[in-house]
Amino acid sequence: MNLKRFFIANVVLMGTGFMAHAQADDAQLIKQGEYISRLGDCGACHTVAGKPAFSGGLAIKSDLGTIYSTNITPDKDHGIGGYNEQQFADAVRKGVLPDGTRLYPAMPYPDYAKINDEDMHALYTYFMQGVKPSAEEPSKTDLSFPFNQRWGMRFWNWAFTSDKPFKPIEGASAEVNRGAYLVEGLGHCGSCHTPRGLGMNEKALDSSDAKFLAGGSLNGWEVPSLRGVAHWNEQEIVDYLGKGRNDKAAVGGEMTSVVENSTGYMTDADLKAIAAYVKYLGGNPPVPAANVQAASTTEAKLTTAKNLSVGERLYLDNCGACHFVTGKGAPGVFPQLDQATIVNAQDPTGLIHTILAGAQQPSTARAPSTLAMPGFAARLSDDDVAQLSTFIRQGWSNKAPSVTADQVSKVRKTLEK
Amino acid sequence: MAQVTKEEVDVVVVGLGWAGSLMSIELAMAGLKVRALERGGDRGYEEFAYPKPADEYAYAVRNKVMATPAEAAVTVRYNMSETALPTRKWGAFAPGTGVGGSGLHWTAVLIRPTPTDLKLKTYADQAYKPGILQEDMRIMDFPFTWDEIEPYYTKFEHICGQSGKTGNLRGKIMEGGDPFEGPRSEPFPLPALEDTLNSSMFADVAKKMGYHPFPNPSACVSRAWTNPYGNQIAPCNYCGYCSKYPCLNYSKASPQTAVMDALKRMENFSYEVHANVLKVVLHDDKKTAKGVIYMDAQGNECFQPAKIVVLSSFQFCNVRLMLLSGIGKPYNPITEEGVVGRNYAFLSNGGSTLFFKDKNFNPFATAGATGQMINDISPGNYDGPGLGFIGGAKIHSSQATGTPISTALPKGTPSWGTGWKEGMEDWYGHSMKISITTTCQSYRDIYLDLDPNYKDEYGMPLLRMTFDWKQNELKLQQYLKGIVGNITKELNPDSYSESFLPMDAHFDLTKYVSTHNVGGAVMGDNPKTSALNKYLQSWDVHNVFVPGGNAFPQNFQANPTDTIGAITLMAAQAIKDHYLKNPGPLVQV
Repeated sequence: MNLKRFFIANVVLMGTGFMAHAQADDAQLIKQGEYISRLGDCGACHTVAGKPAFSGGLAIKSDLGTIYSTNITPDKDHGIGGYNEQQFADAVRKGVLPDGTRLYPAMPYPDYAKINDEDMHALYTYFMQGVKPSAEEPSKTDLSFPFNQRWGMRFWNWAFTSDKPFKPIEGASAEVNRGAYLVEGLGHCGSCHTPRGLGMNEKALDSSDAKFLAGGSLNGWEVPSLRGVAHWNEQEIVDYLGKGRNDKAAVGGEMTSVVENSTGYMTDADLKAIAAYVKYLGGNPPVPAANVQAASTTEAKLTTAKNLSVGERLYLDNCGACHFVTGKGAPGVFPQLDQATIVNAQDPTGLIHTILAGAQQPSTARAPSTLAMPGFAARLSDDDVAQLSTFIRQGWSNKAPSVTADQVSKVRKTLEK
Repeated sequence: MAQVTKEEVDVVVVGLGWAGSLMSIELAMAGLKVRALERGGDRGYEEFAYPKPADEYAYAVRNKVMATPAEAAVTVRYNMSETALPTRKWGAFAPGTGVGGSGLHWTAVLIRPTPTDLKLKTYADQAYKPGILQEDMRIMDFPFTWDEIEPYYTKFEHICGQSGKTGNLRGKIMEGGDPFEGPRSEPFPLPALEDTLNSSMFADVAKKMGYHPFPNPSACVSRAWTNPYGNQIAPCNYCGYCSKYPCLNYSKASPQTAVMDALKRMENFSYEVHANVLKVVLHDDKKTAKGVIYMDAQGNECFQPAKIVVLSSFQFCNVRLMLLSGIGKPYNPITEEGVVGRNYAFLSNGGSTLFFKDKNFNPFATAGATGQMINDISPGNYDGPGLGFIGGAKIHSSQATGTPISTALPKGTPSWGTGWKEGMEDWYGHSMKISITTTCQSYRDIYLDLDPNYKDEYGMPLLRMTFDWKQNELKLQQYLKGIVGNITKELNPDSYSESFLPMDAHFDLTKYVSTHNVGGAVMGDNPKTSALNKYLQSWDVHNVFVPGGNAFPQNFQANPTDTIGAITLMAAQAIKDHYLKNPGPLVQV
């Protein structure tokens, strides 16, 4: 071998070695980006069953009209294939598209503003290289005046968003700060769990304000406060997010999809960080304390099954099989009704909705069983549900206002046929 | 009719009941690409959510979740000289269909046979003098030792969340459990179900009479359970709808509750329903299979190529598929040559119904497997040789259901109209049962083959069952009648009725017994007398495995599901550990 050939051979070898290395790096980055997309729950809004992943088209009903999620696959004509990384980051963090179009905050960019550059780079790499392009064209969002004037979002953003990057909590542990980064940013937990202001804005975007994660209202459901989650320990929070169930509760409503598509995929370390952060926040969610005397009185009455009220009888006939006369359910399988947040919520909509429509636990890697509660809409009248809910809300340790047939009727009308 | 060839998979699984779902998940967990084909439909929870299954007429009378006779009919005759006729309505047995198969609606008594049951031939040769047993009896040993199979019983019982009382822990006899059970490596995963009044009464009297009662081992679980696949089974609430009903409460271990949700998450697993497998296609040398042919829901004829074929449909469907595909030589009862079809066995039941005016049994508050049983009259535990027959029974008082149509009424009560209604008012909740579930031996001329006359909708011959009671089983019934009679008298009811087979009894296809059909493609050590080796691998076509009740060489008194689970798991382990590395016969002879 002459020197020249030796040289060329080496250069070629070095070259391929370098490329292989770069490919491995990309593969790692794509994987990381996929995980970031799980943390951000991008799929929940941009993937619709039966359509290619991230090709958009989910109809999000708002008071302003229906907003359709967009195609965010790397297709150049229908998706985001033409975006460079800065344009992508601006869309995610600021809600501004390359052509200047402003997104509605159904896209949680006020929270995503906190995503750091490293995660954004991974996310961009994943969407450009790890997602299959799709030419799917979702329906166009077409809100009525004045909400169709997207330029107006400029003022909304000026008033309600912050372009400041994530700021670690001083003095808190690295774990708590990891949790804060996840909850405040990618996890966009505030979009449901922080009360909304007049402009439908989240009243607070980080832990520096006591209103942050203090609970809110979503589609009529009372969304619980995440401040401290006093009645659960850290493991129960980890289980709830990772499995969709813990020894006391199971997910329902919108949270089912969050667990199924996002938190169910989180690493143990990230789940623990979130639990640590939520505990760090502290707070006092309004859940009644255990009342042993009241709980045993209810249990005894249901066990004897004599002189029952209509609500009590309906409970035995429809609910007792899973939630038992103790109202305690079964650990990890059937939720506890005694002291449950949803049961004791001031607004009974969530409880009524669950009784009428049922609920199904999401299948997750940590807990694959899709245990379901049947809906009772076809079986129970508005008055039945009112009496039943009233009993549940006042049985055992629970102390919540009565429910009227009228309230049930309103919820029944919102059920999907 | 289009002909479609599917993409090749590592394993095609035919039938998605217990055996098929266990094989699927075990092999998929090993990284193989697995595709299951199921004749029936899929069944989600919405179909049997509370309170839909609480419909006795639909489920228990009209067999809502069973295969229709058109899908799975067999022809039946008493002996070789008769012309068999097809079943047009299920009677003595009723096989399941759809995802979950019979495992969706079983009573969920999850009990092991004894070590003697598994080595019955060895026991018979040691305990019985020549000439005592019938000359045409063809019992065999199971081809594995207790120590080999025990870990797989344990594994399956953990998959199911078996609830009960341990009787023998690593050789130590435990108070309150079955002292005749084989040594367990681990205690029962969960405590026993609660007793009902009838079972406590039975247990007290049985104990007083010197027997050894223990709670029915159950797969209706007593506590919330998370199994090794991560699936959850809910605590039983004793709703009374078990046998013939899918569980409305996730409380009964079934392929759905114990396997499917974890399995469905696996990317290397897929399944197709309404996929009716007609035939296994063999290579020209007949030593290996290349896949299966099935009809899909649209009526297309599909070829599914696969490196391994698992036949895991119901016992007689497995036997029929082997016969239709030319896997193993068909059995000839005259020459006793051939292996596919031999050693078919069913079983019998019977017992007494006791009426008590002053006792209230609350029969609606029950699980299928609530009850107490004794195993004292099983092979080796009493003087069978002295009595001149072999076999035995579990004797139990169970309260399997409180549903009205099946309520027992005293003799003389009208079976319809006002008289029946009055009888119901007087007697509902005032009776209990003492039941027997017996062994059934295999015989030279009791077998399965293809029917020469009747065909299915695809023009393929139906399976023919030649079966009748033999003297050995009838003597056993008469002996058990005496024992149950003594327990009945001791319980001192106001009145009672009895049901036992007389010595001249013929098999009655019309009255439900159980769906514990076994044999026909049995496992053994000798390729001349068994179709499968101990890993359920066809002796002749080494990439075909046939897990199911078909592998039992005769029927023992214990319910079959625990053993079907255990042998399936053992076969799956052998495929993973040995067959994949070195495809070929796993047992050399």
